[in-house]
Amino acid sequence: MKRIRSIPGLDATSNSDLAVLKPFRARAAGEADDLLFSRWIAATPGWIFAVMAAVVVAWPVAAYAQSTYTMGQAVDALWKWLPFLVGSGFLLNILISFLTMAIGTITGVVLGLWQISPHPWLRKFSWAVTQTFRNSPWLVLLFIVMLAFPFEINLGFTVILIPDWVKAVFGLSLPVMANISEVVRGAIQSVPSGQWEAAESLAYSRQQTLWRIILPQCFKRMIPPWMNWYAILTMATPLVSLLGVEEIVTLSRQAMEAEDNHPELLVPFYGFCLVIFFAYCYPIARFTISLEKRFAVKL
Amino acid sequence: MAANGWTPDQPIVSIRDVHKSFGELEVLKGVSLDVMKGEVICIIGPSGSGKSTLIRCVNALNDIQAGSITVEGQEVHDPNLNKLELRKKVGMVFQQYNLFPHKTAIENVMMAPVLVLKEPKADVETRARALIKKVRLEGKEDSYPGELSGGQQQRVAIARSLAMQPDVMLFDEVTAALDPETVKEVLVTIKELAQDGMTCILVTHEMGFAREVADHIYFTDRGVIVEHGPPATFFKEAKDPRTKEFLSQIL
Repeated sequence: MKRIRSIPGLDATSNSDLAVLKPFRARAAGEADDLLFSRWIAATPGWIFAVMAAVVVAWPVAAYAQSTYTMGQAVDALWKWLPFLVGSGFLLNILISFLTMAIGTITGVVLGLWQISPHPWLRKFSWAVTQTFRNSPWLVLLFIVMLAFPFEINLGFTVILIPDWVKAVFGLSLPVMANISEVVRGAIQSVPSGQWEAAESLAYSRQQTLWRIILPQCFKRMIPPWMNWYAILTMATPLVSLLGVEEIVTLSRQAMEAEDNHPELLVPFYGFCLVIFFAYCYPIARFTISLEKRFAVKL
Repeated sequence: MAANGWTPDQPIVSIRDVHKSFGELEVLKGVSLDVMKGEVICIIGPSGSGKSTLIRCVNALNDIQAGSITVEGQEVHDPNLNKLELRKKVGMVFQQYNLFPHKTAIENVMMAPVLVLKEPKADVETRARALIKKVRLEGKEDSYPGELSGGQQQRVAIARSLAMQPDVMLFDEVTAALDPETVKEVLVTIKELAQDGMTCILVTHEMGFAREVADHIYFTDRGVIVEHGPPATFFKEAKDPRTKEFLSQIL
């Protein structure tokens, strides 16, 4: 009988409280950084806003100065459509990001906890699901959900229509779920195994250990990567325009068609999308990085 | 008399021919020893001789491949063992203290009796305050582990274990990670505990302490008990060359 006792999900490197015994943690060049996206956005200086806005306005002048359709007309068109683009389009992007994050977080937390389950099959299953959805192209997942999901559900007495944007939420939830699952697993494994042993020796059950001892210690560590994934997700929401969901990019295209498809419209309209996404994600990224710094000092 | 026929005149902890391997590496090669209620035993020996592994087997933190360990007559390595019941009887203190960093000293002491034993909070609090006083940490009740020195943290860890009112206490090199000046305060606490009649099994490198406090000393080397005896004879009349060599290096 050869059975080595171990706490599922805990590897050898977390088996010590002694900092000197832990692997050197500085990030080597090219190594994955779980906050890379937020770090990158947060590092953008604030004056970039002004530059981006200026480019949106000035590009038509520079590029199409000799055209009959003037910069003034293009900006007027954007101005006219702006309430619609923001009110109908961008708000839908935000709604999709909220719902996706909610579903992705709930399912991701469950999947992440299963990854450290004492039951080997549950552990293998959740590991496989996590790896599959973490490493699949988001757009492919979106198409699969779009095509595989019914557009209506017949309950017998009534038929529920499922709008495209709801299917898009499910599609985007899959990669978010998988990444949150990894965040949860990683955070739990960052707690030294001595904490599990101390709780075990005090007769805590596994559930009590997890919920009363381990998770409270790693909750804070999960917040920055969680917010990082929210920002990545928000930036990814225009993908659903490829599926016909009427979010900001789809509506911009429609607005430009309504304005006779002048090429001068392209840069102001798409430039505006860029600016509004940046303006939304920039404060989130700054906040993420500041939280990460604050928690890093305490822990 | 306990349900399984154990009476206090029998050994409270009985270890019989225990074998334990980590993969290919056999760390315990047939270890036997008995501990009577109220006894204090010290296990000494060079690093890697299996001392810590042995006491971790007593509360089932490690399992064994062969042999038997009983605590109050209950076989520890019975697959049907209720580990929680065993661990209510056996307290353990670790080298690295392992206090819960998100809880204050008093919360660390109170949590297990409230959560695990489901005792009324008010009773537990009275007991916890008395224990904190006993380990001389009055006034530190509301400090977080990060605000305490190593010696203070280790004394909170001892109080935390005692709050479960165990019958046996295991100490796994509890002073090995401490600054020399705080070692004494922890040893004094353990000594008082021993004098109160607590059954203690200690793995230690503190020879002076072992000589003063232990009823019986076991010397282990390479997974076996080489020699044992009461401190008076053990330190003066060690017979085995391995014991003599170890003692000459450490004393």
